[in-house]
Amino acid sequence: MDIFAQQLVNGLVLGSIYALVALGYTMVYGILELINFAHGEVTMVGAMVALSVIGLLMGVAPELPGVVVVLAGILVAIPACMALAYTIEKIAYRPLRHAPRLAPLITAIGVSIILQNLAMLIWGRQYVSFPAILPSDKYALLGAQISLLQIVIVVLALLLMAGLWLLVERTRLGRAMRATAQSREVAELMGVNVDRVISATFVLGAAIAAIAGVMVSAYYGLAHYYMGFMLGLKAFSAAVLGGIGNLAGAMLGGLLLGVIEALGAGYIGDLTGGFLGSNYQDVFAFFVLIGVLVLRPSGLLGERVANRA
Amino acid sequence: MPEALRQRPRLAFAGLAVLLAVLPFLVGLGLGNAWVRVLDFVLLYMLLAIGLNIVVGYAGLLDLGYIAFYALGAYLYAWLASPHFGLHLPFWVVLPLGAMLAGLFGVLLGAPTLRLRGDYLAIVTLGFGEIIRIFMNNLNAPFNLTNGPQGMNRIDPVSVAGLSLGKPLHVAGLTLPPTTLYYYLFLAFVLLAIFVAMRLQDSRIGRAWAALREDEIAAAAMGIDTRNVKLLAFAMGASFGGLAGGLFAAFQGFISPESFTLWESILVLCMIVLGGMGNIPGVLLGAALLTLIPEALRYLGDLQRATLGHVVVDPSDLRMLLFGVALVMMMLFRPAGLLPSRLRRREFAAQDGVAEQEQASLYDAHA
Repeated sequence: MDIFAQQLVNGLVLGSIYALVALGYTMVYGILELINFAHGEVTMVGAMVALSVIGLLMGVAPELPGVVVVLAGILVAIPACMALAYTIEKIAYRPLRHAPRLAPLITAIGVSIILQNLAMLIWGRQYVSFPAILPSDKYALLGAQISLLQIVIVVLALLLMAGLWLLVERTRLGRAMRATAQSREVAELMGVNVDRVISATFVLGAAIAAIAGVMVSAYYGLAHYYMGFMLGLKAFSAAVLGGIGNLAGAMLGGLLLGVIEALGAGYIGDLTGGFLGSNYQDVFAFFVLIGVLVLRPSGLLGERVANRA
Repeated sequence: MPEALRQRPRLAFAGLAVLLAVLPFLVGLGLGNAWVRVLDFVLLYMLLAIGLNIVVGYAGLLDLGYIAFYALGAYLYAWLASPHFGLHLPFWVVLPLGAMLAGLFGVLLGAPTLRLRGDYLAIVTLGFGEIIRIFMNNLNAPFNLTNGPQGMNRIDPVSVAGLSLGKPLHVAGLTLPPTTLYYYLFLAFVLLAIFVAMRLQDSRIGRAWAALREDEIAAAAMGIDTRNVKLLAFAMGASFGGLAGGLFAAFQGFISPESFTLWESILVLCMIVLGGMGNIPGVLLGAALLTLIPEALRYLGDLQRATLGHVVVDPSDLRMLLFGVALVMMMLFRPAGLLPSRLRRREFAAQDGVAEQEQASLYDAHA
């Protein structure tokens, strides 16, 4: 029971990070029907930029409290990722809006490779560790241990999701985004500046991704130029699981995937009699992805039919 | 091709054959045996690119996990022809088995996913590629199937009629190193693959693939069984991958999961995108360029040492970066590739026309 509760907690924490990244995929897909392959890399850049700022601040002003330093890192990482996503969209995706479908997907892969290798040149091949400057208090919860950091991650993620939901459902920009998702041409005729809405979508997703990047590096205690790839794939799987193009779906899918992964890694050894171990953790996301696409391609909450040529 | 040769196709053909036959000697003498090895890899990647081209170029299905089939072929070869299980089956048994196993997995993966739209297929195949790699990496316990990250070594070389390609061959005063022997073997397979791929393209199935790629609904309306035709493309491409994997294992004598990462899949995809999707000469050019350029880039390190005194940027770090830039640039400025097929060139031109027309009708609506 203790293991179950503990894995559930870990899964929920991880899942809320997946959900944040998944939001970026799902928003872009909802509007452009494009898998923004580079989104995982944007998350990675967010973590790396924040870590650089944190390292710098700790060197310049060692007396600052850890929370302030990390906050400063996040506040620099957000605009950096927003600018990055804006540039990517403008250079690599916008010129291809009327091209055959494979073209933007291939540029997306290209951008992903470029970002990964630039990050490797800038920050090196080694793991960058997240300094232990955050409070490490732990609380007992239903037989499981939960750290303050984990609580903050979950609460912050929920707040961000609620904020995004309000933005999409209640504001002018949100209405323009929904209109563009339904029909780009008609939205344009109604006076929506579609190009600006698409840019805004990318930038919003990137801002959330930056925060998620910092969260994931704080949670694991390290960051790496390659971390965006797996994270992006899993977040994309989460978005598909929930129903791509659907905000609530991305949130639900993220949380579910996190829990499935944590429980799966915790129990796979017992279930298979020791044949498979927790080193198969990364496999679950893909099995979930393939399973969902086969059994229910529109995802848990999606209405969109996947089989559209 | 110069006009004079175009009028004498037989002469051009003979010239090409002679060139291909003496190429390893020229390269070996001029640049050293290491470059003959590079040449072998060019041929191996050509084989892979021809296979992936069937899936992506002919049928228009984006497969991002192609290297998984290569891995299956390679591992099957290692299981059946190495001391690992004590089996030493001859290559003409193992290679077809590898191609069949890869084809079977292609069908297993394709059957449920091919009814999905293209970009979903891309992600599922990508996931499949990663699953295979993770399994290869971890299946050394509880019983040792793949030897985990250490990989499997001492894999038998190909031997034809008692003649092992793994040892130098002395003929008529000449010594042929294994790299040269494998060159001829790979060349034979590549020529066979080119022949098969070209005949396929012009066949009833090839036309069905083209129809499917252009417009799936129209193709279905014309009576094409889209699911089976897609499956066939997928399985065919996969078995080329399995075949190439077996050859790779025999040639290297050693395989490990590291050789089968996602980036290898993307590299092969880059080859056909760069060269020209759907066009065999383009695909061959792409494979040759993307195998040779990284090798040539190694000289960048020497160049930096000579001019700047030390290596500022490791050329192997630059390699992938340049690939990424090349992919984006190609899509933006020459989306049909360096040597596009005639059909595809027309297609891309038409696409612009359609977009312009749509734009024009929008402006009409404004006015």
